[in-house]
Parts: sequence; structure tokens; C-alpha cells
Amino acid sequence: MIPTPQSDSARLITPTMLVLWLVLATVPFWIARVGLYPYLGIEILIWSLYALAFNLVLGTAGLPSFGHGAYFGIGAYAFGLCQFNVVANLWVCLAAAFAVAGLAGALVALFISHRRGIYYAFMTIAFGQIFWTVAIKSHKVTGGEDGLLKIARLPADFGFASFDLAGNVAFYYFVLMVFGIAVIALWRLVHSPYGRVIAAIKQSETRAAHLGYNVWLYKASIFALSAAVSGFAGGLFAMAQLAAFPDVMSLHQSGYVVMMTLVGGGLVSFWGPVIGVFLFLIARDVIGAMTNAWMLYFGLLFIAVVLFRPEGVAGAIMAAWQNRSLNSMRQQGGTALRLLFGGGRWR
Amino acid sequence: MALIEVSGVHVRFGDRVVLESIDLTVPEGEFHGLMGPNGAGKTTFFNVLTGRVKPSRGSIRFDGEDVTGLSSHRIAAKGVARSFQIMTLFDEFSARENVMVGLPGFRARGFDMHHAAAGDRGFAEKASEILVTVGLADKGDTRAKDLSYGDRRALEIAVALGQGPRVLCLDEPTSGLGSDGVQRLATLVGRLKGKLTIVAIEHDMEFLFSLADCISVIHWGQVVARGAPHELQQNEWVKRSNLGRFA
Repeated sequence: MIPTPQSDSARLITPTMLVLWLVLATVPFWIARVGLYPYLGIEILIWSLYALAFNLVLGTAGLPSFGHGAYFGIGAYAFGLCQFNVVANLWVCLAAAFAVAGLAGALVALFISHRRGIYYAFMTIAFGQIFWTVAIKSHKVTGGEDGLLKIARLPADFGFASFDLAGNVAFYYFVLMVFGIAVIALWRLVHSPYGRVIAAIKQSETRAAHLGYNVWLYKASIFALSAAVSGFAGGLFAMAQLAAFPDVMSLHQSGYVVMMTLVGGGLVSFWGPVIGVFLFLIARDVIGAMTNAWMLYFGLLFIAVVLFRPEGVAGAIMAAWQNRSLNSMRQQGGTALRLLFGGGRWR
Repeated sequence: MALIEVSGVHVRFGDRVVLESIDLTVPEGEFHGLMGPNGAGKTTFFNVLTGRVKPSRGSIRFDGEDVTGLSSHRIAAKGVARSFQIMTLFDEFSARENVMVGLPGFRARGFDMHHAAAGDRGFAEKASEILVTVGLADKGDTRAKDLSYGDRRALEIAVALGQGPRVLCLDEPTSGLGSDGVQRLATLVGRLKGKLTIVAIEHDMEFLFSLADCISVIHWGQVVARGAPHELQQNEWVKRSNLGRFA
């Protein structure tokens, strides 16, 4: 079908977004009654934003980044350090989280953007480990393994009114608002000409280069952008936790966001990462309450997805609801998975 | 002045010399054929011409401007489009979107992050028009990977045409096609002849001798013979080799 201005990809706000936001807006009213707790809602939203940002690289660009936790963590530290050393203003500190993580991403992008596939994956791991080590060892700046403590949930000052975000419910709604705006921006991004070029580069760097696209610059820019938004989510996470810890920057935590995104179906759907985060965090709490080995089960699920169901949960949902064939979703997921690890240098 | 002027292009990979010394001039509007045995360096020459490979020596001028060693996206932006021997398309995109992404207008908005690509009908309409010219009018919505082999070859040409190129470089456009497919492609390329400059590597002698204004024979990394098709048939070198046999 010719995408028309009436199709979802051309919309600023889609019906799916509206439904999602409405459902999310009711969460504080019932979450405690189903045996969960409001803080979980905050965690889900922040990780969803992080996973969506991560999927710009993994799903949209087809580049395997396995050290993305670094940028999430850098955002968290940047938020805290800005608060302590520059100015205790929410907007400035969030902007700092975005900018510093974006800069770190841009720096790494300089070294990896001529690669793709397994080489790219290894380099992102290596750089991720470097940032993690720096965070652990720079006691004076980051607090080392103890973390950067006493980060405050700064009030949200809108000029006409200022909101105290210290309580979990108020903070939840603040994060939901930010999440909503970010979703609109990211949806636009992936459906913009820029997003289509990125998707084209994923399929053939050679073809894109001979159409006149500076492949390196596009790959570097999407990585930096993804790092920046991840860092922004990290800034929110520092507020949520009232601290910043090096743990989120570690290799295994970077692996979590990969697992969430793939299980959710980020390779075939914009919403895949969000679904994955919901499943992961709820499984952590629900199955985790029954057994310490919950990760064993999620890990098995992950293996099953990679081997047999590359379309992930989102693919299955799309097949059921949008009358798309599950087989074509599976093929699409399989192709995306192959593109992630196929090929080294593009020329 | 010739549109393409190649002089003394030498390429070596390590200690292996692939192109000894290529000299070639193509005037604007000419259909220039390249032939030669496998491994002669034809594709490597294309790769040099379109910026994939940097020559170790020699120079390439395009419309009087030195483009030697420029990267492929810069050369493409100057109006050099190419197809590949092994087809290279955006397989997951529809045929229409393959053409759309190649439009110079789309490229100019490549860093536009805040408008919807689908919001601009102009791109889709322009792409559809180009699909009509290559006989893919009703295949616009088909994913590139679901197209037949012959249709994919036609789509490659559509993508290249969408770039609005001054030079079209075709690397064995008939490879893998049956006789009907070759006929269809010959008709399509024949219609383009004279409208833009075409450089084509081709093994199908009938195809090349019927369409080309001038043919260069590449062997051992250099141009060993050059001339109009009827001249080449008299050429001693071509006669001695089996290349002219079909002509």
C-alpha cells in the first residue's frame, strides 16, 4: 500500500499511543490492588523509554549494540553531577543527561561506524566495558561501587506552576508525560525521511552509498541519538532511584535491554521494546517472588525467541490483530536477525 | 569535452595488480560497452569509477572535474548511478520505496527527522511514474524480495533512473536472465539510449553489439581494443580471442 497521509506512519499521534497512555494513566489507581507497587510503574516507563531508544540502533538501523547500558548509566551520573555541581534545576539536569550521553555515544560512534555485524557488536561491548570500568574506578566523581547517592527528585517547574515529584505517584505522572512526548518524537523519527534512510542502510549499505547517502554519517548519528535518549532515560532513572549506580552500565545489564527488545519483538515493531520491558519487569517481580531462578526462565524464553520466534511477542500480536500473516512477520524477524550479524565492513 | 575521462588508472590489492592502466573517454550521451574475459578487471574498473575502490594511480574526471578517490556517495551525488552484477536492492522495502529513497529530493531531506516520509505524496508519485517506465506499474506495492528475477533487474534500473543520473553504469544487466528477459531489458535500455550516458559491462554480445555506440575490450587490466561494434569485429585482437565470435 502507498503510505497515505492518513496512515499511522504519517500521524503525529496514533490510536495505539492514545490507548496506551490512557491505560498507563490509570496504573496508580490499581497497581497496589493487584499486588504490585507504584514504583514498578515508574521503572517500566523509564526502561521502556530506554528500550525504545536502544531499538533505534538494534531494530531500525540493524546494528547490534551490546554495551548500551553505558549511555543509560552516563545519563544517570550526568544528572546527579549536574545537580550537585552545576545547578539543581530539573530541566537543565535532564538536558545534561541527554547531552553528555549523546556526546559519549558520538565519541564511540567515531570508532565503530565503519563496521557492522559481529565486529560492531564486539566494539560496542568493549566501549561499554571501558565506561563501566571508569565509573567503578573514579571514586571521587562517581562514588565508585557505592554509587552517587542523595540525588534529589527536583521539582518540575513549568513557570506557571511547580510540581513536587518526591512522591512516587507524582513522579510516575511526570515520567508518563515525558514518556508520551518521547514516544511521539521517536515515532516521528523512525517514519521520517531520516528514519527510512536508516532502514534502507540496514538492508544494504552498498546500495545506499551509491544512491548518494553518507552511510557512515547516518550510522554515527543514529548511534549518538540513541545514546542521548538512553542517557535521558538514565537521568530519569537516577531520579527514580535517588542515586546513580555503576551496575546499570555492566555487560549483563546491557544484555537485559537486548533481551527485552528481542523478546518483545523490536525487530518487527516499534512497540516491541515496550512489550518486552513489561514482560521482563513483571516476570522479574512475579516469577522472582516464587523463585530466585526467574532469570533462568526468561533466558530460556530469550533462546526460544532467537531460535524460533524472531518476530517476538509484538509480531504475534500484529499477526493476530492486524490480519498480517504470522509467517511473513517471522520471515521479517528472521531477516532482521540475519542483517544484525551478517557482514563486516560495508565496502 | 568528454563527460568521463579516465587516464592511467592503476589498481593493486596487495601485490596483485588488478588494473594495469586504464584509459577511457566517454562523451556525453554515448552508450559505451565494456567487454572482456572473466577476471579482466571490468567490475573493479566500475568500482573505481563509482568510488568503491580508490585507484593506486591515475585519475578520473567527470564533466571536467577531478573525482579521483572521492567516496561513493559523493560520486553518486554528482550524477553517477550504478547497478550491480549481484543485485543489490532494499529487499524489505516495496518496489516504490526502493525508488523513492533514491530520488535526489528525498536525499536532500535525508536528515529531516520531524516530518513523516509518507506525508509527502510527491515522492510516492514520482517513484510510481518511474516504475511505469520500466514496466513495473502494478508492482509498486510488492516487496522487492517478492519480485521475479526479471522484475528485480528492471527495478534496479528504475532505482538508478530515479537518481536522475547523468551517467548510468550497468554491471552485467542481463546476467541471470532468460532470452525473454534479455529482450525486455534490451528494449528498456534501448529506450534510454541517447537520453543519458550509459556505460555497460556485458557478456551478452548480441545485447552489446546492437546497443553500444562504442565498445572497449578490457583484458589484463588494460583496454586492448576499442571502437564501434562494426570496427571491433574487424579488430585482430577480438578476432583472435573468442570474444567477437558471436558478433
